[in-house]
Amino acid sequence: MSLIHESAETLGALIASGDVSSREVTQAHVDHIAAVEPDIHSYLYVDAERALAQAKAVDSRLAAGEKLGPLAGVPIAVKDVFTYVGAPTTCGSRILEGWMPPYNATVVDRILGAGMVILGKTNMDEFAMGSSTENSAFGPTHNPWDLARIPGGSGGGSAAALAGFEAPLSLGSDTGGSIRQPAAVTGTVGVKPTYGGTSRYGLVAMASSLDQPGPCARTVTDAALLHAVIAGYDPHDSTSIPAPAPDVVGAARVRDVAGMRIGVVKELGGEGYDPGVKQRFQETVEALALAGAEIVEVSCPHFDLALGAYYLIMPSEASSNLARFDAMRYGLRVGDDGNNSAEQVMRLTRRAGFGQEVKRRIILGTYALSSGYYDEYYGSAQKARTLIIADFTAAFEKVDVLVSPTTPTTAFKLGERINDPLAMYKADLCTIPSNMAGNASGSFPVGLAPEDGLPVGFQVMAPPMRDDLVYRVGGAVESTLEDVWGHTMLAQLAKETR
Amino acid sequence: MSYDDLMEYDEVMERFDPVLGLEVHVELNTASKMFCSCSTGFGGEPNSQTCPVCLGLPGSLPVVNGKAVESAIRIGLALNCGIATWCRFARKNYFYPDMTKDFQTSQYDEPICFDGHVEIDVDGESFEIPIERAHMEEDAGKSLHVGGATGRIAGADYSLLDYNRAGVPLIEIVTKPVYGTGAKAPEVARAYVSFLRDMMKALGVSDVRMEQGSLRCDANVSLMPKGSTQLGTRTETKNVNSLRSIEKALRYEICRQGAILASGGRVKQETRHWLEVSGVTAPGRSKEQAEDYRYFPEPDLVPIAPSREWVEELRATIPEVPAVRYERLRGEWGYTELEMQAVIAAQGVDLIAATIEAGASPQAARKWWMSELSRQANALGVDLEELSITATQVAQVQALIDEGAINDKIARTVIDAVLAGEGEPRQIVAAKGLAVVSDSSALQEAVDAAIAEHADVADKIREGKTAAVGALIGSVMKSMKGQADASAVRELILGRLAP
Amino acid sequence: MPLSASDVAHLADLARIEMTDEELTLLSGQLDVILSAVASVSAAAGDDVAPTSHALALTNVFRQDVVAPSLPAESVLAAAPAVEEGRFRVPQILGEEI
Repeated sequence: MSLIHESAETLGALIASGDVSSREVTQAHVDHIAAVEPDIHSYLYVDAERALAQAKAVDSRLAAGEKLGPLAGVPIAVKDVFTYVGAPTTCGSRILEGWMPPYNATVVDRILGAGMVILGKTNMDEFAMGSSTENSAFGPTHNPWDLARIPGGSGGGSAAALAGFEAPLSLGSDTGGSIRQPAAVTGTVGVKPTYGGTSRYGLVAMASSLDQPGPCARTVTDAALLHAVIAGYDPHDSTSIPAPAPDVVGAARVRDVAGMRIGVVKELGGEGYDPGVKQRFQETVEALALAGAEIVEVSCPHFDLALGAYYLIMPSEASSNLARFDAMRYGLRVGDDGNNSAEQVMRLTRRAGFGQEVKRRIILGTYALSSGYYDEYYGSAQKARTLIIADFTAAFEKVDVLVSPTTPTTAFKLGERINDPLAMYKADLCTIPSNMAGNASGSFPVGLAPEDGLPVGFQVMAPPMRDDLVYRVGGAVESTLEDVWGHTMLAQLAKETR
Repeated sequence: MSYDDLMEYDEVMERFDPVLGLEVHVELNTASKMFCSCSTGFGGEPNSQTCPVCLGLPGSLPVVNGKAVESAIRIGLALNCGIATWCRFARKNYFYPDMTKDFQTSQYDEPICFDGHVEIDVDGESFEIPIERAHMEEDAGKSLHVGGATGRIAGADYSLLDYNRAGVPLIEIVTKPVYGTGAKAPEVARAYVSFLRDMMKALGVSDVRMEQGSLRCDANVSLMPKGSTQLGTRTETKNVNSLRSIEKALRYEICRQGAILASGGRVKQETRHWLEVSGVTAPGRSKEQAEDYRYFPEPDLVPIAPSREWVEELRATIPEVPAVRYERLRGEWGYTELEMQAVIAAQGVDLIAATIEAGASPQAARKWWMSELSRQANALGVDLEELSITATQVAQVQALIDEGAINDKIARTVIDAVLAGEGEPRQIVAAKGLAVVSDSSALQEAVDAAIAEHADVADKIREGKTAAVGALIGSVMKSMKGQADASAVRELILGRLAP
Repeated sequence: MPLSASDVAHLADLARIEMTDEELTLLSGQLDVILSAVASVSAAAGDDVAPTSHALALTNVFRQDVVAPSLPAESVLAAAPAVEEGRFRVPQILGEEI
């Protein structure tokens, strides 16, 4: 295997031992990015020169005998929703095109502090609104498994960069499934940490009460290593939990579920799910049972409300969070001709700068919060959240983790759902409950659907601040797949994707 | 500008009862802003006190200033409010270029302080002002309007924005409707704002400088026909930034509304602006439709749940109501009501109290602060407390007089020197050789000379007419070029001449 | 009650987004579909259920009142569409006079 096909864990070890330099690893990725980007378009911005300089700096520190962390010198791609000084942060939107933030996101500071090398910023649905990356103002990302298909969204760039071997690790953000659904449809690993477990400072907000940064990787241990780097208390985020992060790396390495109680969510399956998705999900559950887990069917009746409640809460918060893009202080300004008023310039700029989906959600959120409708819409959605949390609480009294398919279907074709918002929204059916309740949740690859040969994701949901359980089950899922295939998903990826 | 029809004030009062509502914004004097660590300092270079948070940059997040919460609770306690056991911030959504996030982080239906009341006094009559709520919010940036005739927003070509003030903590104090003030409504409003100013100062939570905007008042008023219980339509007058304009603006609005209602018209519910120069209120630009602020709980912040222990700890720090304190001090100091009023008006209470604390007598403290130092402050156009002399230094000057080391006239020279930054009073006296001659032979000689020169006066004193001593003292002082202690001179003369 | 194009026009005005009549009509139709799909939420949310605005149980997260350095003014203004005299220059403001 070439350097780009190695896991982050292996690369970190090779760099630490001096067997390869970070510069070689980084150069290999930069070269591969140049080769495949015209087809995949994972990146909005490739920061090759600075990445090579960062790599060189790590190499010198290691040469000087400095002891660095396990991911020192390992390259990473960062979703373009995080601020990173010296590179534009656009959130996939025209309204922020070329915006150079004057500060770093906390998670960006932490990956830089760990000696990691930032390759660039990855493509995404505009302001993280979408499930296909087709809503990026700068063109869609293509799924490396089949370039005619979507890589999921909103973090399709971060997932495709992994599946296309354009980065060994990437950083994502998950509001309704934006880490997990892309992971599922690209055969990679993605974890949404417990809300408050990773800092949102510097993550451009879509829905503040739901957004959470998290790791994207090709192996469970890689995801855990990155999780450990970015997690933990941040005084700049009032919603950051002031407690040490769970030991996710240790949990990822257990690879054993004997004695664990695993609940299959009754409501997340059945009609509307691809047969191949259901089949791989069922096989994985059986494999976990064989590995010694106790499997229980659990009903979470209010999960049926989650999608509806999400499409009230998320647009409401987004309509307010996106108000600041008003052409006054930064970003796009349209119509400032000396005659138009500030108000008119705001209107014209927001018309020109926002795409259809963003406008749709802003208007929907404005409506849900407006006088006379608040109780019916936003208020009711907050009550539904109470009911969903209660379902989780009751379930976690009976089981250690809950499992479901990550998304009802495999990767759909580009353009297939772009004019049908509701169909698009359904891609997040299974992932949304964990955002509503704030608990930890991850997606792990469990093979390919027989009918189309595309990856299927398996979702593991654990109680708040038990992110370790997500990784423990994820690790076991990974080894059962290796048992079936005789090799890793990583090897399968290398074989089947470009 | 259009001219409003106005009704005579007395005539309005015969037919209507005014109902007041007052919203006061107090800028807290915390070192840092409400949600970020930028300085709140006044007068910095434009946009030099800003960061991702107060600029509302994408990705930034607020963190509440604990001191601001403490100040809010103390203000609530001073206004006899209940303190919420659990409350939240909310977002008030509306677009405006001076607001960096295009929403204001404020409190909506869960204010931290609620249901209070204060007593105020107008010409010996007591009024209770019911307080609806006091809540926390953040200030906006400042706009400078360029072009157009007046430098005002209307007619300006464009505006320039400075966000140094954006995010400075504000407490908004809102009254319930205030009934029963009758013709005294404008004075009651003024007295209430004056009360708040004194109280904020006593609490030490704000600089309360109306001219710098750290205390701002919006005054609502409506008229209710006599005998009716139906509230009239109210107007809200903004931009009233002095105690005097509160009174004048309300008086104007009452006369304007009276004229409209008397002619069968309807008062339009609107925001008006007090124009200080012309002494009238004028309507703001009317909006096409009522604003819909779409309030919802601020998801970037967690709830505030002040423990009862904390609240009680803070209650112990609440100072006396200023009016009660003034009356107590007046008794202790032996001032007349008139004297005390003058001291309060000059904002000299705390300075005099500190001077007395440092050893001066109440009369001496009042004398210095209210005459010589007031004169100097007036000449410089500053407040007493802005003079570069401390209460302790004033007390030291008085101590020097009491010791007989200097006299009143030299004391003024010493004070001038302190104000000029030449040092402490004792150092100045020593350095300049200002100490009076009190028992030297030179003084004896001067006394003898004066007695000889004014034999007729000396005889009168010998006859027991000691009041005549002044003429001899004057003569001695003149020959000593003022560098003598008048009381010592007096004793010397009387010692010689007294029967 | 379905949303009309003029309802959407009012919302677009609140949200400060210029829209053509065609866009308003298209959007009102789409929003209707979405709103009817989420109607089950208001039906299920009874009066006995307390709303949850946040899954997190934290309270009283405060910062010390300590000043930290601000950003340099030039970096604050670097991204501004227009600058004059160290301030953000914006078109004439029509709103209410403050």
